[in-house]
Amino acid sequence: MSRVTSAFVAALITLVLGGFLLGMSLTSEGINLVVEASSTGKITFLFVGVVLVFLLQLFREQVGRFTTKMRSDERMELPGFLRTPQQQRVWTMFVIIGLLIFPFLSSRGAVDIATLTLIYVMLGLGLNVVVGLAGLLDLGYVGFYAVGAYTYALLNMYFGVSFWVALPIAGGLAALFGFLLGFPVLRLRGDYLAIVTLGFGEIIRILLNNWTELTGGPNGIARIPKPTLFGLEFSRRPSEEGATTFHEFFGIGYSSEYKVMFLYLMALVLVLITVYVIRRLIRMPIGRAWEALREDDIACRSLGLNPTSIKLGAFTIGASFAGFAGSFFAARQGFISPESFTFIESAIILAIVVLGGMGSQLGVILAAIAMTVLPELAREFDEYRMLLFGLMMVLMMIWRPQGLLPMKRPHLELKRD
Amino acid sequence: MTNNLLTVKDLTMRFGGLLAVNGVDLEVKEKQIVSVIGPNGAGKTTVFNCVSGFYIPTAGSVIFQGKELRGKPGHLIAREGMVRTFQNVRLFKEMTVIENLLVAQHMHAEHSLLKGFFMTPGFKKSEQELMDRAAHWLERVGLLEFANREAGNLAYGQQRRLEIARCMVTEPKLLMLDEPAAGLNPNETKALDELIVQLRDEQGISILLIEHDMGLVMGISDQIYVVNQGEPLAAGTPAEIQGNPEVIKAYLGEE
Ligand SMILES: Nc1ncnc2c1ncn2[C@@H]1O[C@H](COP(=O)(O)OP(=O)(O)OP(=O)(O)O)[C@@H](O)[C@H]1O
Ligand SMILES: [Mg+2]
Repeated sequence: MSRVTSAFVAALITLVLGGFLLGMSLTSEGINLVVEASSTGKITFLFVGVVLVFLLQLFREQVGRFTTKMRSDERMELPGFLRTPQQQRVWTMFVIIGLLIFPFLSSRGAVDIATLTLIYVMLGLGLNVVVGLAGLLDLGYVGFYAVGAYTYALLNMYFGVSFWVALPIAGGLAALFGFLLGFPVLRLRGDYLAIVTLGFGEIIRILLNNWTELTGGPNGIARIPKPTLFGLEFSRRPSEEGATTFHEFFGIGYSSEYKVMFLYLMALVLVLITVYVIRRLIRMPIGRAWEALREDDIACRSLGLNPTSIKLGAFTIGASFAGFAGSFFAARQGFISPESFTFIESAIILAIVVLGGMGSQLGVILAAIAMTVLPELAREFDEYRMLLFGLMMVLMMIWRPQGLLPMKRPHLELKRD
Repeated sequence: MTNNLLTVKDLTMRFGGLLAVNGVDLEVKEKQIVSVIGPNGAGKTTVFNCVSGFYIPTAGSVIFQGKELRGKPGHLIAREGMVRTFQNVRLFKEMTVIENLLVAQHMHAEHSLLKGFFMTPGFKKSEQELMDRAAHWLERVGLLEFANREAGNLAYGQQRRLEIARCMVTEPKLLMLDEPAAGLNPNETKALDELIVQLRDEQGISILLIEHDMGLVMGISDQIYVVNQGEPLAAGTPAEIQGNPEVIKAYLGEE
């Protein structure tokens, strides 16, 4: 097939697929659904896309040469002011201070989005342990997130357990689920592991959906209380006799903003702890074993390392972070239902890890920000979120298959005099 | 039998229709260098894989320090004190030389996560011990100056020596080397020769060696086993093997 024909066919496929997705819209007229042509804006958008595909296919070789040149730039060097550990420490301090004062300077909406972003940062970092560090493809990570969220919601609903007590229980229970699931399945290799974990995530969701007596089924659980600050509530009025609210205690006027800020700061603390813990893990024997296992599991076994238990460690630790994030999510939302824990959620978290550059904490943090903030900024494209998401993944695979900031693991040095 | 470190009896390994190893016996005593030789494809590596738990042998027994190990997984066998190298070097190439040796000491490391998070003195001490042992062995194999290099960047001969050091930091009782001299130049082979003898005499360990370099094998072995097409052909001291007409035939017939 000549190049022009193949470019033409590709453009035609784009036109047909795009025509259904973008070019038409369904509107309801009374009880009937009517197909209509979309707005001219979208039609133009579609044609631009078709022309773009045509040209890309036509000049494929030239484009290919260009992309390989881009790719050969293996690692982005850190900018000059970030090279030495001292400089890095100073800048980290600056960033942390900036993040701490951020809520006092910006709008309520921005703080709210930032809190959501922090939840995804935590999920991304947790999954990064499993996928990036231990090299295990886990497609059911959202299952552990759900376990964490429902642990707090149910414990609170049935036993009135407070958030701060439920938080460690949620992490522990998610870890236990990770352990129990990992025990039989970690013997499986790559693809099989991915399929089994995918199934696990779905089982959890379906279970939550159908066990109506316990979980409320699809209706979910509402009125989950927010966390308190040493027992001080952030509501206008105390929830029960004898409880004190934050603004009464400090003798200031009530404002719902305090609550939003408090949630943000809490999420920030959780994320900082996560970053620190994983930073340490990488420098501990188990972190070295993960890396060694990714490189050569046969050599590991010949030295007495048990691959299954090392992987199990990664799986359990990763799951516990999802548990913590889940219980915080439940507290922040005040309402959870199985809807929040669909496979798409797992896919987004995995995309964050892949986009960020497997194993790299900074990369994952940046990717989590991109994945949550960009859709907020581009609200009008909301319907096409998945489409854009797919496009982004394809482009990444072409240009930076190693992710934004691929991991450069700190090497332990032998120091001699 | 009682003072044998390793006794392999009637070892048989079948891959589908191929009988790769058929009724091989081996005995390794304390502080002995024992070699397994044979033409290409004789089944030497397969014997290693069966003994070290990477294959489950079809039949036979593997007794190490009086314990039956047949069918046990490789990592448990390694923990018993039987550690091996591979015919194709298997280093952790993207890790540094010293990190290769730290990973190998995983079993000696401090595993408590809490101690690690808070960097307790106990944790630091344990990590320092691993470092010291690693540095000691790097010095012995002459790689100390490369400690912070990526293992994959070492020259081939150095990678071979690093693989031996990586086994030694696990403090084994039996070291199994699969063609350690392959691809080495005469100087490097001579250094290897000295290192192996030192390991036996100074470290007091036993060595089971697969090697094609006859000079090396005849020079250092206490006992030699010859396998040909999976079958045991002969066993004896270097002098006995060199004079054995069947062995000569097997080798010459192959040329
Ligand atoms: N996993 C396996 N599956 C099938 N056949 C195998 C397997 N491993 C080894 N073999 C076969 O068993 C026979 C013995 O192979 P082995 O590698 O043990 O020989 P070797 O004596 O180590 O040879 P060399 O000196 O070339 O290293 C060969 O015919 C080989 O093809
Ligand atoms: Mg071989």
